[in-house]
Amino acid sequence: MSVDKQTVAKIAGLARIKMGDEELERMVPELNNILGWVEQLAEVDVEGVEPMTAVIPNTLRLRDDVVDADPLTGGGKRDAVIANAPAAEHGFFGVPKVIE
Amino acid sequence: MTDLTNLGVKAIRDGVKAGDFTAREVAEGFNTAVAEAASLNAFIVATPESALKAADATDAKRAAGEDLGAMGGVPIGMKDLFASHGVQTTAASHILEGFKPEYESTVSQNLWNAGAGMLGKLNLDQFAMGSSNETSAFGNVSSPWRKEGTNAAMSPGGSSGGSSTAVAARIAPAATGTDTGGSIRQPAAFTGICGIKPTYGRCSRWGVVAFASSLDQAGPMARSVEDCAIMLGAMAGFDPKDATSLQMEVPDWEAALSSDLKGKKVGIPTEYRMEGTDQAILDSWEQGKAWLKDAGAEIVDISLPHTKYALPAYYIIAPAEASSNLARYDGVRYGLRDLPEGAGLQDMYAETRAAGFGDEVKRRILIGTYVLSAGFYDAYYTQAQKVRALVSQDFEKAWAKCDLILAPTTPTASFPLGSLNDDPLTMYLNDVFAVPASLAGLPAMSVPAGLNPNGLPLGLQLVGKAFDEQMVLNAGLAIQERAGFTHAPEKWW
Repeated sequence: MSVDKQTVAKIAGLARIKMGDEELERMVPELNNILGWVEQLAEVDVEGVEPMTAVIPNTLRLRDDVVDADPLTGGGKRDAVIANAPAAEHGFFGVPKVIE
Repeated sequence: MTDLTNLGVKAIRDGVKAGDFTAREVAEGFNTAVAEAASLNAFIVATPESALKAADATDAKRAAGEDLGAMGGVPIGMKDLFASHGVQTTAASHILEGFKPEYESTVSQNLWNAGAGMLGKLNLDQFAMGSSNETSAFGNVSSPWRKEGTNAAMSPGGSSGGSSTAVAARIAPAATGTDTGGSIRQPAAFTGICGIKPTYGRCSRWGVVAFASSLDQAGPMARSVEDCAIMLGAMAGFDPKDATSLQMEVPDWEAALSSDLKGKKVGIPTEYRMEGTDQAILDSWEQGKAWLKDAGAEIVDISLPHTKYALPAYYIIAPAEASSNLARYDGVRYGLRDLPEGAGLQDMYAETRAAGFGDEVKRRILIGTYVLSAGFYDAYYTQAQKVRALVSQDFEKAWAKCDLILAPTTPTASFPLGSLNDDPLTMYLNDVFAVPASLAGLPAMSVPAGLNPNGLPLGLQLVGKAFDEQMVLNAGLAIQERAGFTHAPEKWW
């Protein structure tokens, strides 16, 4: 499978990365080169093979259902959470107007 | 007094403890070395005050007769992928420029708790995506090594290129690295130092800027196997804040180090004899076999039939995970925001990400978005995850025949900066020997084997069974003792 400029524009849109015409055209052969190379995976016989989901056998733990089980990642950290926000107002993240 | 900057982790720790010199003298020595090496561009931010503060704390503890910790008095470089409380943390991307975390990563906190201090934040490939340290928004890192008879700037490898350069140039006795598909081992090999990626889950990923979560693992980079064993012991440990953290005891790798390999079997994978591998690399591989044999091991041939497919599978899985992980850079919560006059929310996202991400990062996000998109998911992503299972099974079968695998770390020695930029694929091939162990989550290490005819370092790679870092370190020690690699780059910076 190969991608054309229109497809790359669509992917860039999905990934929310603005790309001009020139950049899109530059990306087409680069992506096709990589996609053409990974295509060799299709020749591998994977009959009956389960896709890997966990590399090292591990079980998902459940933490105790209590408030602030870990004080570092618990609640009550509003100011620390928004400290690096490019635009924070009144204790909230600020974004451009989304509702007319 | 000997130049303290020539000392490694163990020598510094033991010397401070014995009172041969103070931790402050050590920190001052390295702070000066860092300041003098600006032309290498290994550090994005230097933190000399932080190093001195930690050193003074160690000296005060010693005066009070307290325990100094496994890394007591040792100043280190921190790859700028680990969140540092109050210190700019960028992942070498413009999109995080100015970001000062409100928290400290678990791995770095573990190191500070063990008595280490921070010299600064080390340069890397942007979001750890690269094999040459040329994708950083803060400029290329130069290797301290040069090809004999030339002055061309050489690649320190990537993505942990600032780490490898700092340790090889003796401006840090050790540094943290992270390895997603070879990012500790390949730069270690390029610069004549040691680096180990432990079993997936040994080191907490909490507070490490995410690239590909099912592959990312932190590890130490230093100039000796002993130093790596000490520092890995300080970094590792169960962390409830990381869902994939291993809930098991951290062995005392330093105490159990032994280069006696009697009764051990070392596997040589046939499929790693690939076209395009330098003759000097193949020669060093042969030499490596002889060294391990000399240490008492038996050499056996093994087969890892899906080796060829590991790299293409990696270049689907890693970008897929990256495209998902990097969705968080939206110009809302932290980092860069690019909001043109009158633009709406969607435009803000797209403008911010266009301005903030470098080319290689964009390329991988697009690949990842494509292989995860409707209609292509099964053909690419699911197929790659199945191939990953097969790569892992290859190793499982090999363990029936051997205790450890010996292979080259890279297909070539370092190359001049700028020489592989035209074609991303050629660059990707650098990690062809490193990626299989990453896909299988296995511990793997690179140790220096010697110099090639051009005077550039070559590394040998050791891959062990899951949780068996000890075997990897022991074999690394056996090679270290026999290789006698004491070469250091000549100071030109």
